[in-house]
Parts: sequence; C-alpha cells; structure tokens
Amino acid sequence: MRTSRWQIPALLALILFLIAFPYLFTQPFLQRTMILIIMWSVLGLAWNFLGGYAGQVSFGHAIFFGLGAYTSTYLFTEYGISPWLGMIAGAVVAVIVSAIIGWPSFRLAGHYFAIATIAAGEIFAIIFRNWKTVGGAVGIYIPIVRGDKLIDFQFHDSKIGYYYIILAMLGLAALTTYALERNRIGYYLKAIREDPDAARSLGINVTLYKMYAMALSAAFTAIVGTFYAQFVLYISPNTVFALNISIQMALVAILGGTGTLAGPIIGAAVLIPMAEYTRVYLGGRAGGLHLVVYGLLIMIISVYQPGGLMAIYKQWRQKETARKMQQVTDAAAAGKEG
Amino acid sequence: MSPEVTLLVQSLVSGLLIGFVFSLLSVGLTLIFGVMDIVNFAHGEHLMLAMYLTFWMWYLWGIDPLLSLPVVAIALFILGVFTYKVLIKHVLDAPMLAQIFVTFGLMIFLRSLAQVLWSEDYRRIGDTWVSGRIEIFGIFIGLPQLVAAIGAVITTGVLYIFLKKTRTGWALEATAENKEVAGLMGIDTERMFALAWGLGLASVGVAGALLATFNPISPEVGAVFVLVTFVAVALGGFGSVPGAFVAGIIIGVVQVLGGFLWEPRFKTVLVYAIYLGVVFIRPQGLFGQR
Repeated sequence: MRTSRWQIPALLALILFLIAFPYLFTQPFLQRTMILIIMWSVLGLAWNFLGGYAGQVSFGHAIFFGLGAYTSTYLFTEYGISPWLGMIAGAVVAVIVSAIIGWPSFRLAGHYFAIATIAAGEIFAIIFRNWKTVGGAVGIYIPIVRGDKLIDFQFHDSKIGYYYIILAMLGLAALTTYALERNRIGYYLKAIREDPDAARSLGINVTLYKMYAMALSAAFTAIVGTFYAQFVLYISPNTVFALNISIQMALVAILGGTGTLAGPIIGAAVLIPMAEYTRVYLGGRAGGLHLVVYGLLIMIISVYQPGGLMAIYKQWRQKETARKMQQVTDAAAAGKEG
Repeated sequence: MSPEVTLLVQSLVSGLLIGFVFSLLSVGLTLIFGVMDIVNFAHGEHLMLAMYLTFWMWYLWGIDPLLSLPVVAIALFILGVFTYKVLIKHVLDAPMLAQIFVTFGLMIFLRSLAQVLWSEDYRRIGDTWVSGRIEIFGIFIGLPQLVAAIGAVITTGVLYIFLKKTRTGWALEATAENKEVAGLMGIDTERMFALAWGLGLASVGVAGALLATFNPISPEVGAVFVLVTFVAVALGGFGSVPGAFVAGIIIGVVQVLGGFLWEPRFKTVLVYAIYLGVVFIRPQGLFGQR
C-alpha cells in the first residue's frame, strides 16, 4: 500500500497515545479493556502469520495458547522458575507441537486442514482435562507474589505493568509482521496462499514454508498464553484450551482483514470493546449477544468483502482518490475553457 | 452369556444404533460438499435448531417428536434453500477463505442466538411414544435409540434411491461430478445447489427430531455431533454418500468400544485420532475418488 503524507505522523501519534494511555485513562475497566484489545491484537497477528499470509485456516490455535499458559504456570508453581523463562519454554514447546501437527496436516488442503485443526484442538482439551499432574479439569491457581516487580510478572497495585508488557508484545508482533511483508519468506507465503501448485512448480518448498509460518504463529500465541495466565492468575483447560479462543483469534483477523498488518489490530479494536461492554452491561443473561453480532458481521463480510474492514477502507480510499482526481481534472478543464 | 460378553454385545448394539444416526447426519453434510465443494461448518447448529424445533413443538403444543418429524424436515429443507440463496450463492466463486468463513460465521451466529434466546439450560423431552426399552436375549435396547436408528436408515435409503433412481437425482449427481458440463447439458445447476442444501438440511432435520427423543438439547449440542460428522465424512470420503453411511456406523461402534475397552473419557479422542489417521494416510477417505 502506498504511504500517504499523513500516515507516518498518524502512526507516531497512535504510538504516543498507546504509551500514554494508562496515565490518560486511569479507570480500571478502561485499562482492562485496553489490555484485552492489545492482547487480542497480538493473538490476531499471530493467527495471521499462518491464516492470513500462508492461507491455512486454523481453528485450533487454542492449543498453542494453552501450551504457553500451562508450560510457564507449571514451571512456576512446581519449580519456582520465573514466568519469563517459562514464557520462552512455552514458546519452544508450542513450536515443537506446531511442527508435529503441521508436518502431516499440511498435506491437507483447505477445508480438510481447518477440520483437522478443530480435531487436534479438541484432543488437547480432552487430554489436559484428564491430566492429573497439571490439575485436570480444575486447572491451576497461580500463587500471588506481592511487590509488583517486573521479574515476577505479577502486578497487583495497578494494571500498568501488564499494560506495558502486552504493548511491548504488540510492538514485537507488528514489527515481525512488517518485516515478514518485506521479506522473501513473506512473498513465498503469499505465493503459496494464492496458488500452492504454482508456488511448488516455482521451486518453493511449500510444506517447509507453511511450517515456518505455523511455528512463528505458535510461538507468538504461546507467549500471549503465558501473559494471559499471569494476568488472570488462574488457568484451566476450559479457559485456555477452549475452542472459543481459537475462534476468536480467527475472528479478529478475519473481521479486520487477513493478510494485512493493521487488519487484526482493527478487528480486535472493534470486537473486544463490543464483547466487554455487552458482558458488563447486559451481564450473563445475554452473554452470547456480542457473538450473535460477530457471526452476522463475519457472514456479511465474507459475502460482500472477504478482505475485511481493511479492504473496505482501501476501496473507500481509492474511490476518494479517484473523486479528487476527477475534481482536479474538472477544475483544470474549466480553467482552460474560461 | 457371561456378564462381560453381555456388556460387550450391549455396547456394540448401542454403538451401532447411534452410528446409524451419525450416518444420516454425515450423508446430509457430504451431499452439500459433494455438489459444491463447500463444508457447512454450521451443520451442527442446524441439528441444534432441528432439536429445539422438536422440543418446542412438544413443550408448547404437546406434539410428539414422531409427529413433528415431517414438519421439522420440511422446515429445515426451507432453511437450507434459504441459506443457499442468501449466503452460499454469493461465495461460490469467492476465495476459499470466504467460503470457510461464511458458514463459520453462520455457526457462531446460530449457536449464540440460541444461547441468548433459550439460555444455556439443558432441556429434555419427557414422555414420548417411543419411551422405554426392550429386552432381547438379556440385552437392553432403548426404544428411542432403536426408532432413531430405524428412522435414520430409512431416510438414508430414501435419499440414496432418490439420487440413483430419479432424473432429479441424476442431475444432482451430474452437477456434483462437473458443474460446467452439467450446465451445458441443460441442468439448472443453480436449482441443484439449492436442492442439495435443502436435502442436506432436511436430513439433519430428521436426525434432529429423532435425536431429540433421547438426547438432551442445548445450544452447544451441535458441537458434539458435528465433529463426529466431520470425521465420518472425511473417513467415508468427502462427497460419497455410501462412504458417509458406512463411516458413520464405524464411528458409532468405535466410540462405544473405545469407551468400553479403554476409557469412556477418551472415546472422542479415539474418534479424532481416526480422522487424523485416515486423512493423513488416505486423504480422499475410504470411498473417495480423486
């Protein structure tokens, strides 16, 4: 996409706003919502590496989210290992599992792959529900550590510590996406998404590059899994291995626009406040209401504009540019005549 | 018979009975996939709707599930045609992502709508015409399960005869084989697509009405069945009606045997493992061609 004059200042303003946010808005509800928006942006970007760039739709990413959460939590509660180290361990575990799932699954195209990921996700949920060593269906409570030190990855006096950690993760995910878009691997992935057979005939090792995308995707998802565990301080198979996690990761990316940097962030910025507000103001009774709207939005977008909100924005901008050009030429023509 | 053997036969029989219902569900899904290469991710939610429809007709007006069955089937047929016209038609030539997302969005929409409208509570249909059980050679068979199995076999049979023996059925199969050529031969492929959705969902309607006689009903009920259905369709070969039928029965038996010989908690793991095993070794499924 061409960068226009105001894009770089706008981006800088957005970054400054994000950094200043916890000091501008001190209400816990707003801070919590913002943390969730950023968290889901990172998850959407993570999903996007595989779903958006490589075109492999996964509905099983809760596997990596759960592995990240469980690895760091287990290492911390059993051996007292810092969640920061646990986070890295979780990412490593997720990458290994992604290779184990990915290598055979990538022989499957399209629908078959999507269904295989659902099945794999369910298998993990059932295994963890019945695995006594890691708490079974009850899950694990993370012991509270007072003092709000960065090294402990826990903050109780204010949520600001969590805010900056997840913001840093967003920065990392966004930079990675930015780099990928301009890198050979990124072009290969797009080629694979558009036409796997053509990509293969050009000498691209399709399975290998899909596995790279999945590993990257899994690592970021696992890192956010650790963040979530430390943020909520309680994990269970029904919260971190839930199909809903996988679905929502796909949703933020699809709604905003797959295969773009801004898409998943926009998707999260639209979906998460909607979910939080309906949850808080309508309570448990209409708990699924935001999902009704999600479902509708997804259907409308896939029917009318599969590219998501980003594509709608691009279309609008193209029209706008065309309109302005027309005005200029009209004016010029009028000037000549007059 | 020794108690172990009795228990084993008992498990086998109940696995076989539920397997027939899986078969009917899978036939509905595979019909849609075969004709237009689209997976209906909302298949389970359509089942859920059929079950709720049966439930409300029983709850509000006291209509027995067996009586409401044709009504549910027709309602789901209409819903299928409607879904095709409003949603699916527009993504036939769209990228695969859009095709996956559209029925996926429908799944989320229907499931959460059911949660909002009817709450998460489990509901059961109390006494029906088919309540109770019979005993044959010391083996107990639930009457609702037996009736559901018989109903599923009849419906699948009727559907199969329709596909193989009628002109419309041939046209449908021709469209599945190659839509361009079928179109050139004067088949109204547009009508065939709508018909595939109608028939696919009508099968789900029948399955829903039959299942509602013994299976608890909740907004999440579709999720339980749809995964099994996906497995059966993949196992039988996407698009193959006889394949889906056989695979449904295999899965019903494997699930129950797995629970019996291994651990009931892991019986679904076994089913998913079969799916993964089959698609990795033979991606086209047992009866699939390509």
